[in-house]
This record gives sequence, structure tokens and C-alpha cells, in this order.
Amino acid sequence: MEQSIISISHLAKNYGSFQAVKDVNITVNKGDVYGILGPNGAGKSTTIRCMLSLINASAGSISLFGHDIKTHRKEALSKIGCIVEKPDFYKYLSAETNLAIFGRMAGADVSKKNLHKMLSFVGLEGREKDKVSGFSHGMKQRLGIAQTLLHNPDLIILDEPTTGLDPQGIIDIRNLILNLKNEFQKTIVLSSHILSEIELIANKMVIINKGITVVEGSVQALLNQEELLVLFEVTDSKAAVNNLTAYKNIQIIDPHHFEITISKNEIPECITTLQKADVLVYGVETKRKLEDYFLKLTKA
Amino acid sequence: MFLKNTYNEFIKIAAKPRSYISIAAITVLVGIILFAMKIDGPAYISFITASFEQTLNFEGKIMNGNLMAFIILQMLIVQIPLLVALVTGDLISGEAAMGTIRMLLSKPISRTKVLLSKYTAGLLYTFFILLWMGFMAVIVGRWLFGDGDLMVLNSDGLVIIPANDIAWRFIGGFMIAFLALATVATLSIMLSCFSDNSIGPIVSTMSVIILFTIIGTLDVPVFDNIRPFLFTTHMAAWRSFFDNPLPIQAIKESVIILFAHIGIFLSIAIYHFNKKDILS
Repeated sequence: MEQSIISISHLAKNYGSFQAVKDVNITVNKGDVYGILGPNGAGKSTTIRCMLSLINASAGSISLFGHDIKTHRKEALSKIGCIVEKPDFYKYLSAETNLAIFGRMAGADVSKKNLHKMLSFVGLEGREKDKVSGFSHGMKQRLGIAQTLLHNPDLIILDEPTTGLDPQGIIDIRNLILNLKNEFQKTIVLSSHILSEIELIANKMVIINKGITVVEGSVQALLNQEELLVLFEVTDSKAAVNNLTAYKNIQIIDPHHFEITISKNEIPECITTLQKADVLVYGVETKRKLEDYFLKLTKA
Repeated sequence: MFLKNTYNEFIKIAAKPRSYISIAAITVLVGIILFAMKIDGPAYISFITASFEQTLNFEGKIMNGNLMAFIILQMLIVQIPLLVALVTGDLISGEAAMGTIRMLLSKPISRTKVLLSKYTAGLLYTFFILLWMGFMAVIVGRWLFGDGDLMVLNSDGLVIIPANDIAWRFIGGFMIAFLALATVATLSIMLSCFSDNSIGPIVSTMSVIILFTIIGTLDVPVFDNIRPFLFTTHMAAWRSFFDNPLPIQAIKESVIILFAHIGIFLSIAIYHFNKKDILS
């Protein structure tokens, strides 16, 4: 049986008459890389802030490692490393001193050896004594990740970790997150509005829209269950369509291309049918991925 | 954890350039006063004692280190709250402005402890500022002008305090002055909990002090009942240690009022800080 690390039930947060979060439900199991997906203003950051007790929830319950965040905040937070929104540090202090400050608060080993080890892990070796004021956003993000790891937490929460980074920075952070999962066996929760990010990193996800959980499940299952818009390149699209009468929603694009809406599992079946009818298939391009799924759900 | 976090706060205060503004300002101000007194001191003292010279005959060294220290305290104790608020008013709001408050409050330490760590560090900074002023006023003053009896002019007239009876009065005076500045520090930290920028609490603290001081000095009957309970009324209570006989009851009242303000300000700060949603 999978061990639940985060359990959020019917979470709501009101600011006066405005409901930032209406009904969010999340379950994260040990070892998950869990993506919180949603458009800007969906309530992702508010949910994360509630999880970390930075914001007091108006309703609902949050349990972290079996501890209610309201009543056992210290126990719950001792096993968590996090970056909320963007990693902000004391600019007038060095990377090393910043890490020591946050490490001490988390009860971590703040010996120089450990601090340097963490800085080296995130690729900041040689910059230990440099003031954070001279760091780029990407370097601060990496320093932020080092900060989350200092006390060896079981759960790492990253709120929009790749926002504001250049393409190389995005790849670096993505690899760093995957390293945390693969090498350190950490459970990771990350929020993003960048859909490909979640698709590439997460194994489970929730889609939040207008403060409500729209859907939750494994990324793979959610993608598979959804119909894909598939573009076929064939020798004769007319002949192909005539042989695929069992399927609806077929549209001929040109003499060699047609589009069909089918599930992922139906693609091999289609190819076999076409091959039997002597229609050669030169290419298959799935056009509907998480992005379409996400847009469909959030527009609903 | 509390001590570790207080140590963290010391590191932050010590590394901030603004923390040294107060020390530099006190050094320059005291330096200017001592320099001016060294040059024009006798003329200044003659001006003050002129009205008594027909009835009293002054013997000995009136312009001495003790008098310098008293003059410096009297001049600067009004400015020190601003220097204190400059650092203490930034303790919480500065974290919010920098964004570090998110990381700070998502650590496994209670918000009350975070606040009290900052408060302790703020009080120690205040104490250090006062200590530095004391060093500059008393030690440097005595070094430059020598020891001697202290002549104090207060509302009841002229008080002469023998040189061997002064040290404990300065210590007592500094303790009360510290309590007054601690009240200012607590007020600024409380206001800091309500703000997400650094300037707001500093300006608000000074505004409260100015407002209370005006109410305290306005000789209007409607304020008579309020005046004794304003902390600003008791900020100059350190002077009572240079009265003869010592007004123990007045000192006690001042201590109670100042402690009461500290208690109220700190309670409000803790309550609000614990309830506050961190949105910055």
C-alpha cells in the first residue's frame, strides 16, 4: 500500500469575499514527483502556502506526514524543504552564510563541509563566499534547492521552480529535480503553469482551476485516457478514410494527410487496418497532449 | 532553537550597513559636542550659571566629564529612538520586503520564537547603541574633561551631586533610558509586523513618538488624564536619577508605565504575527 505523505481535503481560502481556493483535494504518496498544474491565478501558490502554514486556510484539512499542519506544524515542517515562489536570500550575505542561517532554523548540520557539499551538488562550488547580490536568478534558484536539502527532508516543495529562467537554466533545474528523485529518493511536489514541465518531470498531477481540483491522477493515465488528435501521413488519404469507417471524427487534410481523433491505444489498431488495406503509413503525429487536455479542462 | 535563531538575527543585524549608521551618527554627534565644549565650553557654562553667580559662588571645575556626559545624554536621548527604529523597524517588514520571510516561516520553528528571536536581537542592538553612547559620553567625556562634581539644573533649581556619588546615578539613568528605548524598539517591531516595507514602520514609530510628545507637552486640560500614561512622558525619566532626593515613586511609576507599554506592544506583535497571512 502506498504511503500518503500529503493529504489535503476540501481546502478553501477566502480573502474577504474573494475565494482564492474553493475546494482543493490533493493526495501525494511517498516517492511521487507530483505536479500541481493550473493557469495563473488558479490557486496553486495559495495551496502551497497553506500547506506550509504561511497562510491560514479558511476551511478544509491539511495533513503532512500524518500531522495536521494546524496543530503539529513543527513536526510536519521538519520533514519538508521548500522554495515558495522565488528563492529570496539575504543579498548582503554570502551563499554560505545564507545556507547556514536557514539550515540552523531547520536543525540541519551547518558545518562548512556540509554547506560546501550542498553548494557543490547544485553546481555552486567556488561561489561559497560570494554575496548573493551578485547571483543570477538561476544561481539563486540552485542556492534555493541547496537550502531545501540541507536538513535532508523527505519532501521537497518547489513553487514554479523554472519561472524566469533561461532555456539552459530550465534544463539545469529540471535535471536537478530529477536527480533529487532518482539519487536521493525524495518526494517532490512542484507547481507550474508550464505544462511541458509537469509532463516531463511528474508522475502524478493535479489540475487546479479557479480554486477547484479539476482532476487528479497519474500523468500517464490522464494522458492515455484522453483522446488524441492524430495526424497520419499516408499514400492515399481518401482510401485510408474509406477503410477507417469504424472511427468517427476523421478529416482529410490533403491527398496524403488526414486527422483522426482516437485514444492512444487505438493508434496501432489504425495502422494495422491501413496496412491490411494496402495504405502505407509514412508518419503518425499525435497532436493532442497534456496542453490540449489542460486547456480543455480549464476552459470548461 | 531559540538561541540559534537569535544568533542568526545577530548575524543579519551585524551584516546590514544600516546597523552602523547609528554608531557612526552617535560617534560624530558626541564628537561634535565634545569638540564644541572643549573650544567654547567656559562661555557656555558662564551663560548657564550667570543667573546664579550673584547668589552663589562656584568653586572647582564645573565643566567636567560628568557634566559633559549629562549634557550629551540630554541632547541625544531624543534622537536615539530614530536610530533604534531604523534597525528594529526593519526586522520583520524587511524580511517581507526581501521575500525571505517565506523561507523563514516555512521552517520548523514557531512564529512566536521567530519574533522573539528578532526582538531579543533588536533589544541587544538597542543596548549596544546605548552602551556606545554611554562610552562616548561618560568615558570619553571624563577622559577629555576630567572628573568633578555634577551641577544639574532642573525645574526645582540647581542640584549639585558630588563626584563620588555620580557613577550609580549614571548606571540607573542608563537603565531607565534603555527601558525607554526598549519601548520604542518594541513599538517599531510591532508596527513592523503590520507592514511589508521597511520605511513604513520607521516613519510610523517616529510619528507616534512625535504625536505622543506633542500631546504630552500641550498644556491643555483635556490631555491631563492621558499624559501620565503615554510612554513618551516617561522617556526622560532617566533624569530623575540626578535629582536629590531621588524621586523613587516617580521612577517606579515610569518603570511600570514603560513595562506596560512593552507588554502591550509585544502582545499585539505576537498575536498579529501569528495570525498574519504571508502574501509577500
